[in-house]
Amino acid sequence: MSVIQARSLVKSYGDLNAVDGIDFDVAAGESFGLLGPNGAGKSTTMRMIGGTSLRTSGTLSVLGMDPETNGPDVRANLGVIPQQDNLDTELRVRDNLITYGRYFGLPRSYLQRRADDLLEFAQLTDKAGEKVDNLSGGMKRRLTIARGLINEPRILLLDEPTTGLDPQARHILWDRLFRLKEEGVTLVVTTHFMDEAEQLCDRLVVMDHGRIVAEGSPLQLIRQYSTREVLEVRFGSERNAVVVEQLADVAERLEVLPDRILLYTDDGEAALERVTSRGLQPLTSLVRRASLEDVFLTLTGRSLID
Amino acid sequence: MTDRAASTTSVATDSNRLAYTGGAVPAAVQARIARRWGWWLYAQYRLTSMRAYLQTIVIRSIGLPLLYLASMGLGLGALVDAGAGGVDGVSYLVFVAPGLLVSSIVMEASGEFTYPVMSGFKWQKHFFAASASPLRPGQISVGEVVAVGLRFMAESVVFWLALVLFGAVPSGMSWLVIPIATLAALAFGAPLLAFSATQTDEGAQFAFIQRFVVMPMFLFAGTFFPLAAMPWYLQWVGWISPMWHGTQLARIVCFGMPNPAWLTVLHVVVLLVAAVVGTWAAARIFTRRLTR
Repeated sequence: MSVIQARSLVKSYGDLNAVDGIDFDVAAGESFGLLGPNGAGKSTTMRMIGGTSLRTSGTLSVLGMDPETNGPDVRANLGVIPQQDNLDTELRVRDNLITYGRYFGLPRSYLQRRADDLLEFAQLTDKAGEKVDNLSGGMKRRLTIARGLINEPRILLLDEPTTGLDPQARHILWDRLFRLKEEGVTLVVTTHFMDEAEQLCDRLVVMDHGRIVAEGSPLQLIRQYSTREVLEVRFGSERNAVVVEQLADVAERLEVLPDRILLYTDDGEAALERVTSRGLQPLTSLVRRASLEDVFLTLTGRSLID
Repeated sequence: MTDRAASTTSVATDSNRLAYTGGAVPAAVQARIARRWGWWLYAQYRLTSMRAYLQTIVIRSIGLPLLYLASMGLGLGALVDAGAGGVDGVSYLVFVAPGLLVSSIVMEASGEFTYPVMSGFKWQKHFFAASASPLRPGQISVGEVVAVGLRFMAESVVFWLALVLFGAVPSGMSWLVIPIATLAALAFGAPLLAFSATQTDEGAQFAFIQRFVVMPMFLFAGTFFPLAAMPWYLQWVGWISPMWHGTQLARIVCFGMPNPAWLTVLHVVVLLVAAVVGTWAAARIFTRRLTR
């Protein structure tokens, strides 16, 4: 059963279609990703789900309700983690959870207990009395997620959950999100990080210029749009273009980036041998498994992060 | 890495469920409460957030009346009473006290309805945080008006008590200045909230309002002398100013200043219309901006 259903969803700002006719379904308990570069229309889609951005056309149903006409009902079932933390920096950590919970009409007695549980979940128990300003970026992010859970939402909307965090903070956060997924919360995640999408999402849509260009599980997408392995070689920015013709038949497909050449093949080591056997000596070479980054590159001809 | 290892253990031993504990009231009930009481739920938050600068509020609300009463009422008053024998048949202290109360409260509006509004949309974005909850945008703006109105009311009470202590309010009806000052402050504040909500970039606009709207209003809206004492071509400043309408009403209830009935009604109507239209406009602008 799908908890979110979008059909021909469009959002225009003047002449620009930020979201340009997209269809998708999110099943209950699923972890669903919207993957794409900045400006692809991911955040706008998220805000339309909560009814905080009015759609231009198309239909949208969240738990069987239209978020525009039943906004309060829809949002009572949602936990929203915006791209930029909008915590109250002048309130203390625990008070941020309690004051936010009041917006849902939740009684203080419940909120006191709930705030303590969520602080433990967010590993912020010992920071409960701190001012938000004194928290690190990762801690603020976890507090924002804890705040999004205050009303026991059925669907959690996470807009770029780990952008701007260091690797360790990201791993702690992913670990917390996994835990929610295990408990059956439906997660909708936007990201422009491939590793994040691969870590968190059961299924995802790849968005570009407001449209969906591909859909599937991370594995399906990689199988469909890429080879199993990728050989990355660098000959130096000048020579890359010169050698590329000699490499044309080494792999199934080539992608020339400003700093390196990507060779798509099912056996990277074998491809590397073919390259060197032609007397070409790359400055560096790397064989890796194909990722969603390669899928995006194949689909759009551009990399995700400019 | 230790952090991650520790967290994994805590997951294994932690049997608390986070997603649905069943402890929260059902979503449909949350939505019903928010539809009806959302404006008040938001106002509660806003009042809580004022705690951060509660000290400033308290010091201002006690310090301001004392300073004004000492300098204007007693200092300037001695001169005026000796020279002109008071104003409108009462001592200068009694004449100026209601004006000082009303104008001080009205001026507070220029603080609460400018930078905090910019912050809500742009810096801290707490309006966006609230709009992701079951609250509707219009309820957020109404909640702002209600919370700040309650603050004005509390400050008016303190100011009024100071006036009573100074013996500056002879009439038994003088407590009515509390709702009058609050209404006058909202008659200026609600339209200002609507204006601030349209502003997307911080420039000189708020400083401009302070210097070229609030200060002239304070100096030329009949606070220190009757409007009639000014040349006719400057009197319009009073007529368009909520401060003057509020001050006139305050004088009526504080020392029984004679005033034609139609004019008294007009004062009330002007203030009510400005407050209501301002709140309505703010709600529309909040809705537009929070559902873009």
